[in-house]
Amino acid sequence: MYETSYVKASSTEEAVTALSSADDGKLLAGGMTLIPTMKQRLAAPDQLVDLSGCGLSGIEDNGGAVRIGAMTTHADVASSEIVRNGIAALSVLAARIGDRQVRNRGTIGGSVANNDPSACYPSAVLALGGTIHTSQRDIPAEEFFVGMFETALEEDEVITGISLPKPVASGYVKFPNPASRYAMVGVFVARFERDVRVAVTGAGDDGVFRCEEIETALASDFSADALEGITLSSEGLMSDIHASSDYRARLVVEMARRSVSACL
Amino acid sequence: MAHITFTLNGKSVSADVSDNTLLVDFIREDMGLTGTHVGCDTSQCGACVVHVDGSSLKSCTMLAVQADGCEITTIEGIASAEGLHPMQEAFHDNHGLQCGFCTPGMIMSAIDFISKNKQASDVEIREALEGNICRCTGYHNIVKSVQAAAQKM
Repeated sequence: MYETSYVKASSTEEAVTALSSADDGKLLAGGMTLIPTMKQRLAAPDQLVDLSGCGLSGIEDNGGAVRIGAMTTHADVASSEIVRNGIAALSVLAARIGDRQVRNRGTIGGSVANNDPSACYPSAVLALGGTIHTSQRDIPAEEFFVGMFETALEEDEVITGISLPKPVASGYVKFPNPASRYAMVGVFVARFERDVRVAVTGAGDDGVFRCEEIETALASDFSADALEGITLSSEGLMSDIHASSDYRARLVVEMARRSVSACL
Repeated sequence: MAHITFTLNGKSVSADVSDNTLLVDFIREDMGLTGTHVGCDTSQCGACVVHVDGSSLKSCTMLAVQADGCEITTIEGIASAEGLHPMQEAFHDNHGLQCGFCTPGMIMSAIDFISKNKQASDVEIREALEGNICRCTGYHNIVKSVQAAAQKM
């Protein structure tokens, strides 16, 4: 690891100040991606700003939505009664990220800010139509996820929490890479009173996306059978050593079928 | 450089560390506790698992400076004056060690898991040890060891 300088901020304001005064500063949340990347010398921030002292963890029930603090760990989301009762699939999702040690340390804010194209959380945030709260503003999920590892966050903007509307029912199923447990394809289905929203991770060239074909099919018939015979185009889907874009296109439909079954 | 103070295996420790020192390197090189292993350097193998404030974590994926104020337990800190920890005893009794390299991480992960899930099934134990890789690939006796220890913890 290259040399770096570490500071633990004691408030969000302090974190913003530390970040904006650094040449190449990086926020340190759980560090489950950033530290391995720094160990490989693929990242070399001159300033690390640790958010663990900013009081950003915790889960609240806001009636129609669940608000999760940015520094809340996957383990805490997975074991939260509020999450289990409000957004069942989010419990399932959090409980299957990485391994136990990663879940004890990794955070929802870190995952969402990193916007890894194979991370699980972005699909939940987009499917649920969540809102990302930051040190400056509230950003709707639709505008937040810009592209692969890219978000709408400004250089010195800090995520403080994420609000996720409670659906009537939800399901999340991923086809995990056998080695890393990252989603080769993961599909989050959220059924609301008015509509059905479906978001796909692990598959898109530009990261997480909503799948209109599946949403339309489920809007008129919310059942796994409604997805029978749907064939998605592989255009814009990732192709790599793990799976071709054609295979991923098939996986999206299959994972969606399983997610719908998990909803019922 | 930062000055940190934390509890390591029940004893208070104070030291100066570089901001880019990993916790595992600090434990092994500065504290001389080489029971915590480095197996992969890519945060995947789990040989470096220690307990930080009661949770199992990969000490290769945390900076030493982040441990300031924390309570840390390594494999060297789990036995008592009376003898080995029940988990260590069970690995010994059930031939769960094999080459022994991954064992410290396996034991630290297993203690954390079993202390919170006393009635864990075989499948749950296997899932709980997902972050610990054994290159001897003999998970059968490891799972048997954890099951045996669960009866005694």
